[in-house]
Formats: sequence, structure tokens, C-alpha cells
Amino acid sequence: MTARIGVVTFPGSLDDRDTQRAIRVAGAEPVALWHKDKDLKQVDAVVLCGGFSYGDYLRAGAIARFSPVMDTVIDQAKAGLPVLGICNGFQILTEAHLLPGGMLGNDHLHFICRDQKLRVENTDTAWTTDYSAGQEIHIPLKNMDGRYVADQRTLDELEAEGRVAFRYLDVNPNGSLNDIAGITNAAGNVVGLMPHPEHAVEPLIGTGRTDGLPFFTSILKKLVNA
Amino acid sequence: MSRTPLDTVEHAAATPDVELPWAELGLKKDEYERVVEILGRRPTGAELAMYSVMWSEHCSYKSSKVHLRQFGEKAPENDALLVGIGENAGVVDVGQGYAVTFKVESHNHPSYVEPYQGAATGVGGIVRDIIAMGARPVAVVDPLRFGAADHPDTKRVLPGVVAGIGGYGNCLGLPNIGGEVVFDACYQGNPLVNAGAIGVMRHEDIHLAKASGAGNKVILYGARTGGDGIGGASILASETFDDAKPSKRPAVQVGDPFQEKLLIECTLEAFKEKLVVGIQDLGAAGLSCATSELASNGSGGMRVTLDDVPLRDSTLSPEEILMSESQERMCAVVEPDKVDRFLEICDKWDVIATVIGEVTDGDRLEIFWHGGKIVDVDPRTVAHEGPTYERPYARPSWQDELQADDANKLPRPGTSDELKDQVLKLVGSPNQASKQWITQQYDHFVQGNTVLAQPEDSGMIRIDEASGLGVAIATDGNGRYAKLDPYTGAQLALAEAYRNVATTGAKPLAVSDCLNFGSPEDPAVMWQFAEAVRGLADGCQQLGTPVTGGNVSLYNQTGEAAIHPTPVVAVLGVIDDVARRTPVAFQEDGQLLYLLGDTREEFGGSAWSQVVHDHLGGLPPKVDLERERLLAEILISASRDGMIDSAHDLSDGGLIQAVVESALLGEKGARLVVPDGLDAFTFLFSESAGRAIVAVPRSEEVRFNDMCGARGLPATRVGVVDGDTVELQGEFALPLAELREAHEGTIPALLA
Repeated sequence: MTARIGVVTFPGSLDDRDTQRAIRVAGAEPVALWHKDKDLKQVDAVVLCGGFSYGDYLRAGAIARFSPVMDTVIDQAKAGLPVLGICNGFQILTEAHLLPGGMLGNDHLHFICRDQKLRVENTDTAWTTDYSAGQEIHIPLKNMDGRYVADQRTLDELEAEGRVAFRYLDVNPNGSLNDIAGITNAAGNVVGLMPHPEHAVEPLIGTGRTDGLPFFTSILKKLVNA
Repeated sequence: MSRTPLDTVEHAAATPDVELPWAELGLKKDEYERVVEILGRRPTGAELAMYSVMWSEHCSYKSSKVHLRQFGEKAPENDALLVGIGENAGVVDVGQGYAVTFKVESHNHPSYVEPYQGAATGVGGIVRDIIAMGARPVAVVDPLRFGAADHPDTKRVLPGVVAGIGGYGNCLGLPNIGGEVVFDACYQGNPLVNAGAIGVMRHEDIHLAKASGAGNKVILYGARTGGDGIGGASILASETFDDAKPSKRPAVQVGDPFQEKLLIECTLEAFKEKLVVGIQDLGAAGLSCATSELASNGSGGMRVTLDDVPLRDSTLSPEEILMSESQERMCAVVEPDKVDRFLEICDKWDVIATVIGEVTDGDRLEIFWHGGKIVDVDPRTVAHEGPTYERPYARPSWQDELQADDANKLPRPGTSDELKDQVLKLVGSPNQASKQWITQQYDHFVQGNTVLAQPEDSGMIRIDEASGLGVAIATDGNGRYAKLDPYTGAQLALAEAYRNVATTGAKPLAVSDCLNFGSPEDPAVMWQFAEAVRGLADGCQQLGTPVTGGNVSLYNQTGEAAIHPTPVVAVLGVIDDVARRTPVAFQEDGQLLYLLGDTREEFGGSAWSQVVHDHLGGLPPKVDLERERLLAEILISASRDGMIDSAHDLSDGGLIQAVVESALLGEKGARLVVPDGLDAFTFLFSESAGRAIVAVPRSEEVRFNDMCGARGLPATRVGVVDGDTVELQGEFALPLAELREAHEGTIPALLA
């Protein structure tokens, strides 16, 4: 048996097909989910992919958070459904308060697309068990509003509980506090990050690295062994 | 025009003496008289609006048409061409049942007026052309030209253009995989913002812009129609900028990429369900263009009720609605029993869709407003039978003097230190410097099929996951070469784009072009244009790569000063398996560097002559298209058979520029030796065409040499990949760190 992983398409989602491909490459079954549909089609996990949902109007992720599909995602995430938010998906997760903090415009005020070096800081989440602790990886990053911010108490809490899952190395590409690239909730089922692991799953494509594949193999193993 | 009474066809017939503002709308007197002759009466205001905008230079190609015919007349036999010139974009067969459509267009004038929106809507327009053919857009490229890099206005225009291209393209989810950025004072008041796009479809999904089948419905869908860009096409493209005239700012359209993304998805879904008979995007000339082109390409006529067009501004007059260039709109022709399903799909994507008319069995385009008929024309006279000019042209008086000012006679570096200093100066000059600061503002990765993106020689996209089938695209143009000799300059642009595609391992198939020139009313400019078109048509015929479509942008001049003639050529290629692609970066120490082709003393128009001497004169490098074809075949074979691990085309900046780029990208140095028969200076800086440098693994050296020898392509061993310097034996060694600082520091220092 394999795992069924849902990928939500909002109007303006861009990496939905890419994410479905990454899930397939990892050996799981991608299931397309539609923003107007509350039904999650009994998937075992959900990915909120990158893009500009609703044009990023108002604030990145702010409108998508109120989509019908998100009602169900929020409820089930609280009950333990594994959810990964990539880029715009991360922004939606913070807007939905499934993850703390929020994202501001990059400190240099430009869109940035680069092959970003990261350190994996937490290998206990549903999405990171196939990495080794402290592993350094390269994952493409591309965003306009990627500057992670939170109040000091939240930052202290994230750091103390080991909930900073990924940290930028060498270059902080957007001014994120504590070089935070991605975080997890306390339970470890909800993870969000700005870089795009779905763009690093095939050796020929993009930067030619496959450092993003363990996201999808991690969740597959967890679900199949569950 | 007074709104009362409504200027209907009957009213126009009854009031022949009413004066219409044809001159203000950009028509010449004889053009207006021709309209009156066609109609047998004076036009209504709405008809005048349509004729004026459709007969503008931008829409009618009235000055260029007589020359562009050569692309058809000289088109080489090519089985790959599925749809040729005249449709929204050409379509090429790339095998395995796939077809690829691609095109390059200009958005020069709007981008100078309002850099962000001008550039953004340029991307939007070219992408709609691609969708209108039935294809899913898969990539964009952006050839850009700006004024001097250190001119204060460049810092206004460039960041805005780049942000606009990124802001729109990134939001559409289209990887930006190629293009160019060139600086030259000649573009100061006329930046060139060209935008290209590629789309992929199955053969059976090709759609055309025609309205057929009486009773079929005409559906306008996408954004509401507003007052933006009214008259943009005719005003902006028909005259040069003139400080004395009022600001043209309001004429530039504003884009909404989110709306366009929805338009893409909803159009593709409608195609998939075979709901669409004909389709046209709304770009320049808006509804005037879409309705007249759909109707004139179809078998019947068309009746449109303008009252049904959803408006953003309810005060718009019918003339303004017809001329509006509001973005993100398309027009589809749908059979009556499929209209409901079409509207349902639009609703799913929250796209506004409205039936505004239907195809009739007559041959007239009739448009109604408030119950009155305000347009009654033969659509062919609007869309296809505009004026054609045989503009006078003459070789400029200064051409001989320019060519006599031989760059080969410029003082050359006398010592090793001078040679080294000039290398550093060259690779750090704005035109030769890394454009990473610009390209990192574009998403290269989205869609997950990008195999190569800038700064590679060509962008490459995988189109079939199972087989690895892919397409490559390169765009090139060199206004300096074209200024010295437009015929040769156009062929050099073609040769370079062709070579760039082959360097990455893909087989060149077809060509699109964007021809950027000054005023056609200047015989010297018209001569440049005529020569460039002749050169390009002859070149395409010789290389077997047909021109599938493109765009002409004229009036790129400020006062009397025209830009350099700048034909930009895009070449599309196909590769059976993207796993065989050849990158620019050096891969492994110890690999042998081979220079392919002949190196001559050719410095006319060269980067060296510009950077070191601020000089433009002499003749551009010679073109040998048979040699280009042979070089391409060798590069493709070597890639297919795994004989080379990296390759880089030699063009502006010569061999040293190419070696430095390969070294910096691969983070591996090189030791070079000047081959017999050449001096160090010519070896490093010559811009002879038909050359590339390749890295050959030692195990493949014999096989590679044998292949080149047997095919008659000169291949000279000139060095080895090694260490962390770029060294020219006996002359200098430059550390990669120092080269990187020079090469990558320039653009951020100027623009960030």
C-alpha cells in the first residue's frame, strides 16, 4: 500500500503540479484538492504548495486561509493530520495560526530566486525523518515575502523547543529573524518552510540536486509504517 | 465627438460633412480617404476608432510588410512547421506528437513611459498569444536593452522593467529561462523590452483565431474593460516621443497577473473539453482587433452587442470600449450547445465571461450600441487590407566612413600586464558582467521542468517526463554589429542564437524575431531594416530554419537619433533526451579544452573595442552559415555521444569571456595556451563567428578529434580545466576570486 497525499490548488497556486510530481517521484499517490471543496478525499497528508494564492492580494496567504478547504485542513491538522506548507503554503499556515509568526516582504525589497543552503535542525517532524540531524542541504528558494518574523517570546519558545526546523546558511536571503527558513508546530505534524523542496527531487531538473526528496520519503515512510 | 445623437451608420450616411478627428487618431489624410472610399460614406466614430487603431504601424505592419514577405518567399522546406506566419504565434512539430509554439514581441515604448507596467503587460501579452494557439505556456525569455549602465535614467528604467517582468511572470508560474541584458547609450530614450514565450501542446490541440459557423457565440472573458491603454497601439507606436506633447502616461495599460493565471487555467480547461472553435487574445487594439481578426479569418460575419461588454468604468464610450487595451481578456467562439459548459468553467475559475455576439452567415462585422448600429464593415478591410507603404530607403551617407574606421587598427595591449588588465576590465564591463542580480529576480524553477536557465547558452525545458524530450530556446542580437552592417548583423544574431541552441545539445528548428528599429520615415533607417530582413531571410533559408512569426517595433528613436538597428532573433531547438544537455560550467579538473572553428583578427563592433576604446567602427565578423551548421552538428553529436562535458559558444567578448564564465560557474580554473598561428590578444578577444569552446574528458579525446577531423571542423587544443586561476601561459594568471569580484560586482554596484 502507499500513502495518498493531497495537494491543494487555490486560484493562483503555481507549484501544485510540481508538488504532485514530487509526491509521485517519492512513491506516494498525489491527490488534487480544490480550494472551494471542504472534502479532503480521505488523504493521509496535505501539502499547501507555493504560488500567489488570490494574487497575494491583501497579504500573502491571508485570503486563502479563509477558503472552504482550509476549514477542514485546520480542523484535521489540529487532530494530527500531517500538513506541509511550502512558501505560499507556509504563509497560509501562519495566517491560519497553525504555525506561529508571520512573513514580511524581503528586506532587500526584491523577488529572489536562488539555490539556498540550509541546515536541517529538527529531524523528528513528520516531514524530516529522512534527514540526519544538522544535515546541510541545498533547496531552491523563490519569494517576494519571505522574511520570517515573530515576537521575542515566540522566537525564544521556538528555539527552546527545537521547533526551528530549517535555518538559512551562508546567506540570509530575506532578513528572516534567527535565519529561520522553516518551523514546525509542537506536535511535529505541521511544518512550513519558504524554500521549495518539490523543486529538488530530480537530478536533471532545476539545480540538479535531489536534496528535497527526503521531505516526501519521510512522510511516505511514516504513513506506510503507521 | 458628441454623444448625442449616437453616431450610427445611418447617422453617418446622413451627415457626410461631419469632421472626424482622424489626424488625432494617427491616420494620414490619404488613409482616411481610403476608409471613406471603402465604406462609401464617412465612417462612424466607432468605425474610425477601429480603422485608426488597426491601421497603425503597430497593428498593420504597413511600413514593414513589403519586406517581411521575404520570410515567406524564402522559407526553407521544413516538415516541422505546423502553423506559419500570420497566426498569433507559429507552431513547430517537435516529435512524439508534441507541438511547440513560440514568439517574441516588443513592449518598448510603454516600458520607457512606465517601466514596471510596460514590461509586465509585455509578458502578459505574449503569454496570451501562446494560450490562444491552444498551448500551455511553459517558459518565458526576456531580451532587454537599456541606455548606458551608469546613466541616472537607467536606474529608473531597468529596476522597474526587471521588477515588472518578475512581478508578472513569477505570479503566472512561468519559469524565466533566458534572454539578454545589453547596455548602450543609443537606447537611452528607447529601451528595448522584448518578451518571448514558449508553449507546448499536442498536435490535435492547435487552435486558430477564426470565427466560423453561423450561430456560434462570441464570448468575451477575463477582466472587465476599462479606460486603460486607449489608443495605446496607435498613439504609442505611430510617433516618436516628443517633449512638447502632453504626457502619455495614461496610455499605458496596467496588468493583473493573478487574473491572467486564472485565464490560462480556465482557457486550457475549455480546450481540453474541446469547447472552443476559434480564439483570439485581446492585446493591442483590444476588441477592435479581436472581433475584426476573428471575423475576417472565419467563413462568415459577426454581430456584436457592445452593451454586453462588462465594464470597469460605466462612462466609457463605444469608441473607447472598442479601443481599450485593458489586459487579461480573451475572446472565444463557441458552439451554442457548449456555451453553458464554457461559462461553467469560467465560473469555476472566478473568471467573468459574457456572450457579446455571434457569428453570422453574412460577411459583415456589425457592432451595436444602445440599439443602434455603430459599425458595419467588411472585417477584412480592417484587419488585413490596411495600407501598405513602399517607404524609400537609401544606404546612409555615413555608412562608408563608419566601416572605414577599422577597429583592427586600434592600439592593442603591449605587455602581459596590459593584457591582464584588459581581461579584468572586459569581464567586469556592464555588458559582459554577470546579470545574476537581474535574473535572480525571476523564478527559474516553477513547473519543475527547467533543465537549463540563464546564464546557460540556451534555456531548456523538459516537455515529456517519460522520454526526456525537451526544447531549447536562445535569443540573441547585437546592435553594434548591425549598425556596421545590418545584413551581416542580422545573420550574426541568427548564427549566435542557432549556435547557442546547438551548444546545449539541441537541434535548431525554427526562428522567431523581434525587429527593433528607428523611424521608417527616415530612408537610412528603412535601409537598415530592409537589409536586416534580407539578411535574416537569406540566413534562415540557408540554415533551414523558417521564421514562424515575430514582431516589428519601429519609431525607436529620440528626435533625429535612432537606436542601433537591433534585430533580435530567437531560435527554438529540440533535444531527444534532456539528460544529454551540455552545460556551460566546467565539470572536472583535467578535462581538455578545445577551441572549435577559425579565429581571425575580427574586432569591428567587438566588446573589446567598446570597453577599451569606446569605439564602434569597421566591419562585423564574417558569417559562414555552412560552418555554423557543421559546428552545430558536431556539438549535437558530441553531446549525444557523451564526448563533451561542457561547452560554451564564443561571441561578444571572445574566448576569454567564455572561459571566465565557464570557470566561475563550475568553480574550476583553466590553463590556456596560445595556439600556433595566433597572438595572445587575438586568441583572447577576437569575436570571429562560428566558434565554441568545449571541455573533453581525456578518455574521449581521440574519438572527439577523429569526429572533428573527419567532418572537417578545425578543433584546436587550447588548454585544460585546472586549479583556481584562469591562466594564459607565459602571460598572466587571474585568481577565480578576483575574476568573480570583477564579473559579479558590477551590476549590483550600479543598480542595487
